This record gives sequence, structure tokens and C-alpha cells, in this order.
Amino acid sequence: MCGIAGLIHRGKSSKVGHELQGMLQALKHRGEDSTGYALYGDTEGKNFIMRVKVGENVGEGSSSVAEDVSVYDKRKKIVESYLSEMGAKIIKEERVLPYSLRYEIEYNKDDLLDFSQKIESIPGVEILSMGKSLEVIKDLGNAKIVCDRYNLDKVVGTHAIGHARMATESGVDIKSAHPFWGYPFSDVSVVHNGQLTNYWNNRRILENKGMRFMSECDSELIAVYLAEKMRNGASLEEGMKDSLSGLDGVFTYFVATKDSLGMAKDTMAAKPLVLYESDDLVAMGSEEIAIRSLLPQEIDTYDPFDGEVKVWQI
Amino acid sequence: MANLKISEKKTKAQSMGLHTEKLTGKTQQKFFNPDEAENFFYWGTYDVDFNKRIDLDVMDLDCKEANRKIDELMSQGYGTIVIKNPQGKHSLGVGVLNKLNLIFEGSLGYFGVGSIDGPTVRINGRVGWSCAENMMAGKVVIEKNAGSCFGAAIRGGDLICKGSVGARTGIDQKGGTIIIGGDAGAFTGFMMQRGRIIILGDVGINLGDSMYDGTIFIGGKIGSFGSDAVESPMTKSDIDWLKRKLKVAEIGDNFDVSKMTKVVSGKKLWNYDALEPTEKKGAI
Repeated sequence: MCGIAGLIHRGKSSKVGHELQGMLQALKHRGEDSTGYALYGDTEGKNFIMRVKVGENVGEGSSSVAEDVSVYDKRKKIVESYLSEMGAKIIKEERVLPYSLRYEIEYNKDDLLDFSQKIESIPGVEILSMGKSLEVIKDLGNAKIVCDRYNLDKVVGTHAIGHARMATESGVDIKSAHPFWGYPFSDVSVVHNGQLTNYWNNRRILENKGMRFMSECDSELIAVYLAEKMRNGASLEEGMKDSLSGLDGVFTYFVATKDSLGMAKDTMAAKPLVLYESDDLVAMGSEEIAIRSLLPQEIDTYDPFDGEVKVWQI
Repeated sequence: MANLKISEKKTKAQSMGLHTEKLTGKTQQKFFNPDEAENFFYWGTYDVDFNKRIDLDVMDLDCKEANRKIDELMSQGYGTIVIKNPQGKHSLGVGVLNKLNLIFEGSLGYFGVGSIDGPTVRINGRVGWSCAENMMAGKVVIEKNAGSCFGAAIRGGDLICKGSVGARTGIDQKGGTIIIGGDAGAFTGFMMQRGRIIILGDVGINLGDSMYDGTIFIGGKIGSFGSDAVESPMTKSDIDWLKRKLKVAEIGDNFDVSKMTKVVSGKKLWNYDALEPTEKKGAI
């Protein structure tokens, strides 16, 4: 029973980090093994922002194996040397936690497949997100803990999606936490509530097509599935509509790109979603209380129907 | 709680000599005796005065505190309670077992007004999943939309939503009437056993899937019929009943009920065996 939340401001920016924190914290009873944010910030759109982890959080409840910080340091050095090798210039570097790095880089190629494969060839290294607007931040604990740990309260942007996780299918660790980056596409992220029952069949097919999986979390399949559809020329909305028949199980998921936010609900409508839509704001979550943290006044909300796909632009 | 009575009587089996051991201790078996006053006590109910009205702001209360407060107010004889700022909280107004005017000025979260037996509830907002689950009697009116599993397993009363509802409305319904002013999602009336559902708008796929009994009336388009759900001709008594019910529910003014589609169980999936096991042996 995980909780998902998302919002998109249309025509303006807002403190999306703070807003999403409030929404996810309202859903913390749905799971607080880990919490993740995909924030689409206000950037000039010139440089890439890469969020990368060089190790796991081995705090209380973690299913990861402890490693010495010196191991992280070694991996960080290799990441930086590979960036330089590939012609990516580091403009700004931030080490938020020993295992969590944020780089602003100047990189002139749009195809991120070779780039990502090179970075992730380093054992223990995973790119959490890559984009000119997107930043994925995920860690163990509830929304407030993760927000405070990464100083997300002040992040200003147009839209965001997030996830409060109760681990069921895979371990309590950052690699299994949501959101998942739509590797290797810039600025694509996914969060999901539900269970996919044809995960392994789809995974084998997608791996044979050269797609990469970093975890054994079924939700990662959605990000990879959509990425593969878009790689073959489908629009985001077309990919999402295909997923209603291509993915088996019960699911409600959100997907976000640089300038849009979408939702899809399976054909049995087995997973909850409440939606609020106005001219300047769309907010949605697993429960109405998530939306209430943004809009305490009386509002009109509704449950999308079975098999419904919707996409909004900023 | 049942009386615990000492069981000293010889059982029939002992009298027949089938076994000799004598059981001692207490039994929880309870026999109804109309002379005992306790048999007429319905636990958790209060005599309330509808003219005694009070507002209750639940903004800073969690659902347990709010429900305890409602119970406390009923015990003080308040018969009209107006809940302010429900803010989409879950499980508000559950387990009210007596007559009461309960008004919510705002929206409820999941499992709102579940397991009620008698109150008249008006919700001037939206409700989340499983509103009025297991309702026994009373009337609930929702002014806006409702989530999935609306009226799950209700056994009686009238449950009215003026907006649209999610999937699995009236799942496992065992009685009562559910009335929807707008559209309804997939699996409406899934495994319903008795009662009636009226949808004025469109309905999603698998309508009435595996329904045992009961009747569903649809005013708009039907996504698809579920397993063993079939269309049945409308009768004059159906039309009269629908008109009366919609009028009482204050919904669907001038709606032409004669054009509604009536859906019932085809009873092809029924696999009941009327024979007792001993009879079955004989039959074989």
C-alpha cells in the first residue's frame, strides 16, 4: 500500500519541494520505508543536472550492505574521471550526503544512452536522474525526513511527483525506491502504486532490446516500458495508453516530463486516485488528504475512471 | 455480551449412552427471553432530540477523537450534529446506530459513515472509497462525487450520490438502494446479492459481474455487461417505483425512467445444491 502524489502549476512556478513534502507526509501511513521526489525546477535549461548515488543508505531498516565511506570516495573519483573522458564539464558539484551526489554539467549530446552506460559501468553507481529540469531525490524515511535531509523545502519549480513507499516486492533501499528515472531519456520520471504481474516477461523482452534495469522493483518496469515506447517514436500519451494492455496487474502511476504530467489507471481501477483540476493547478494523490495539504478550502475532486489516461502541460 | 450459564444438563447424546463424560464450565450459548430487559438493549444507541443542534469543528481532531466526540454529543441528547472542516479525513461518522441528523460541511476521506444503522446523513462535499460500507438503515446523501466501492455490502437504507462514482459501486450489496446522479465506473454491482442500484448516467465495463440477485437500472450507456448479467424488460411497477424513489431522493427531475435499462442476474452461474449431504448419497 504505497502512496503517490503529484502536482503541476500551469503558467507559474511555486515551491514544489515544500508542497510535495506536505502531500507525501499526509500519506505517510501508506508507507514510510522510503520516500522519493521528482522535482522539475526552474532552470535555464542549458546544463544537465545529474543526481547520482555511489552507495546505499545503510540506516535503520535498510536491506543494503554497509560500505566504508572511502569506497564512496573512490567511486566518486571514477565518476568524475569518466565525465571528463566523455567531454562533460562539471559546472557545479554538491555532495549532499556521503553516498549522494549532485552535478551540474555541460554536455552537448542529447543521446544519454552511452553516457549513462559508461557512468553505471562503475559497480555500485546508479544515476538517479538526468535532465535539464528534473532532479530525483529518494532515500529511506518519511517525506519530512527526506525533505529535511536534502533541503528540498526551498526548491522552486513547475511540477513534481512523489512516492511514499511500503516495501513489498523488493528491499528497503534507495535503488528500489521511487521515482524511477525514464532511462535514458532526459527529464522523464515515474511513480507507481500497485503490483505488476507480468514483470519478468516484460523485463526479459525489454532487456533483449537493450533496456537497463537497476532494481527488481516491479515499478521500474513502467519507466523502462515507457522509455522503450518513446525510443520507438511514440508520444508519452501513446506509450501510456499502450501500457494499459501491455502491463498486467493493478496500477495507478504518474509520469512526468520536462513540461508535462500524466496519470494512468488500470482497467480494473483497483488502485486509488483522487484528482483536483483547475485552470492553474492540477493536484492528485492516493487520498484526498494529500490534496488537502495544498488546498484546505472546499474543492471539487473526483476519482478518474478505469483505464483512464490524462496528460497536462505546464 | 451473552450470559455465561453453567451447563449441568445431560445432553441428549449422554442420555442415549453415546458418551459418558460430563462437561463442566460455562456456555456462551444464549437463548432469547423476552422477559429479560437486557434483550431490548441495543448497545451504543441513544435517545436524541432532533431539535437539539450543535456544531463540531474537527479541523484539529483525528478520526478517533472526532468519532468519540460525536458519540459523546449523542449521549448528551444532541440529535442534529453539524461537522465543520472534515478536510477529507478517513472513517468519520462510523458506527452511528441510532436516529440522528448528521451533516458534514465538507468532504470525507475513505470509509466515511460506515456501519451505520439509522441516521440521516448529508455530506456537502465529496467522499472517498468505501463510503457507507455495511450500512444497515438510514439515508445518506452526498452532494458531490464519490470514490470506488461506494455502498459496499450495504444491507439497507438509501445511499444517494448526486455526482459520479468510481469503480465497484454496490459490490456485494445485500439490500437497500443506491442512487447515482452521474456516471459510475467498472464492475458496478459486482457480486451483488440483493437490493437495487439506480445510475442515471453512463456505466463502465463489466456491469453486474457475477451478480447473484438484485436489480440495476441504468439511464445512460453501458460499457459492457459482466458475466451472468442480463437485460430484463422494464415493468410498470419498475417505472412507478423508480419515479417514487427518485422523487424521494430529490434527484433526476424530469428524468425519463421508462427509457432506463434494467439489468438482473441471468442465474446461469448459480450452482446451488438443494440436497443435504445424506440425500446426496442416496441420490448417487
